[in-house]
Amino acid sequence: MNRFDYVRPHTISDAIKALATPASRVLAGGTNLVDLMKYDVDRPACVVDINRLPLREISEMADGGLRIGALVSNSDLAWHQTVQARYPLLASAILAGASPQLRNAATTGGNLLQRTRCYYFYDPSTACNKRDPGTGCSAIGGVNRIHAILGASADCIAVHPSDMCVALAAIGAVVEVEGPSGKRSIPFHDFHRLPGSEPQRDNTMREGELITGVVLPPADFGAHYTYLKIRDRLSYAFALVSVAVGLTLKADTIEDARVALGGVAHKPWRDDAAEAVLKGQKPATPLFRQFADQVLAEAKGQGENDFKIELARRAIVRALHQAAAGTPQDQSNKSVQ
Amino acid sequence: MEPSAAAGIPASFVINGSRHDLTIPPWITLLDLLRERLQLTGTKKGCDHGQCGACTILVDGVRINSCLVLAVSRDGAEVTTIEGLGAGGSLHPLQAAFVEHDALQCGYCTPGQICSAAGLLSEGHARTRAEIRENMSGNLCRCGAYTNIADAIEDVMGQGAVAREAAE
Repeated sequence: MNRFDYVRPHTISDAIKALATPASRVLAGGTNLVDLMKYDVDRPACVVDINRLPLREISEMADGGLRIGALVSNSDLAWHQTVQARYPLLASAILAGASPQLRNAATTGGNLLQRTRCYYFYDPSTACNKRDPGTGCSAIGGVNRIHAILGASADCIAVHPSDMCVALAAIGAVVEVEGPSGKRSIPFHDFHRLPGSEPQRDNTMREGELITGVVLPPADFGAHYTYLKIRDRLSYAFALVSVAVGLTLKADTIEDARVALGGVAHKPWRDDAAEAVLKGQKPATPLFRQFADQVLAEAKGQGENDFKIELARRAIVRALHQAAAGTPQDQSNKSVQ
Repeated sequence: MEPSAAAGIPASFVINGSRHDLTIPPWITLLDLLRERLQLTGTKKGCDHGQCGACTILVDGVRINSCLVLAVSRDGAEVTTIEGLGAGGSLHPLQAAFVEHDALQCGYCTPGQICSAAGLLSEGHARTRAEIRENMSGNLCRCGAYTNIADAIEDVMGQGAVAREAAE
């Protein structure tokens, strides 16, 4: 690990001042940043430890939504009574990710900002446009079993690794940030970005900004939700493909549908036009297949990850059935019901 | 805002009941602090990247991977390692159950397994065997003693249930 300065601000404004230091990094739970520093992938000049900031509250909003402080741990969020009762999709997605130890340390803001687990990004001896812009992408034509099938570019085919963010995308959360020029609210769909020609930019935050919280709109899918995660082993592995679904059903008809995919792109993937296909229809396999085909119409494999296209198709159909039937995927007993 | 100092940052911990007032560089992990500076080598370094769970300890009663924590960031914390789990020289019920159920082969992952299981019990989210296994998924055992590890934890969990019933 490189040597760095360390500061521990007690107020948000002091943290933002500290973040003006070039090559400064925010330290919260540390589960990703410390790992990246050990691999020399990240070499901060200054670590700004925000653990003393007052951002650990989960509070009810007047409109029935929920505000989650940036430092709320993944475990505290997943097991929070209100989240369990009203946002079980979010709780389920969080519990599908990492391990209990990591979830106890990892934070809400940190989950949004975690970096890709592309093998080449993690290996400073290789070319990587995300780590070292302009050096090239080793994954294209390389070992790319875990890489993107949607929204990739000629410069980067990495995927965003989060499970929690896939649920937040389906729920339509809003990210609250604060920086030198004040506070901003960023709709979740606009928070993470596709790689394009600037894969070093994972999201649309500006220099010196800090995530202070995530706001959930009022949502009630009842039991008509699921988080289905397909991976190489049953636990403690990143998704090859994951699907978050929330359906609003009225008299057996789909009134509203929110479907987000993880493990397939540089950001949680939603397709509003395809979701419209589901609305006003009755749940049925042909409809779900039609939806999956539309979502995956532009999907492109890289060779080793070609299987992900068919895997995603099947996962989408199964997840929609699980949500429609009100039988969400159990995150402990993962046998197929 | 507290000043930065590459020479060392003051930090205090209560580790297994003893207070330690230290000055430590910010790049030292809690795992390396325990092992290299305090000679508490019961906590093991496996992968050093949060992928194996051998370094699991309890910080303020919560299980975490000590390899991914900068020690200074937990200034003021109460830390329990495998050395501090048993009271007064006697085995913690989980330690006794691991012996009873032969829940190890080489033993390298065992301190992490036991600290993790202690965290699992206090969290209270695992009730079934499937939930025990899922909630222990952050601790790898290359010898493959998983069946006996789950048996040991189930046993202690059952003892707790029996004790609770007796108290009612």
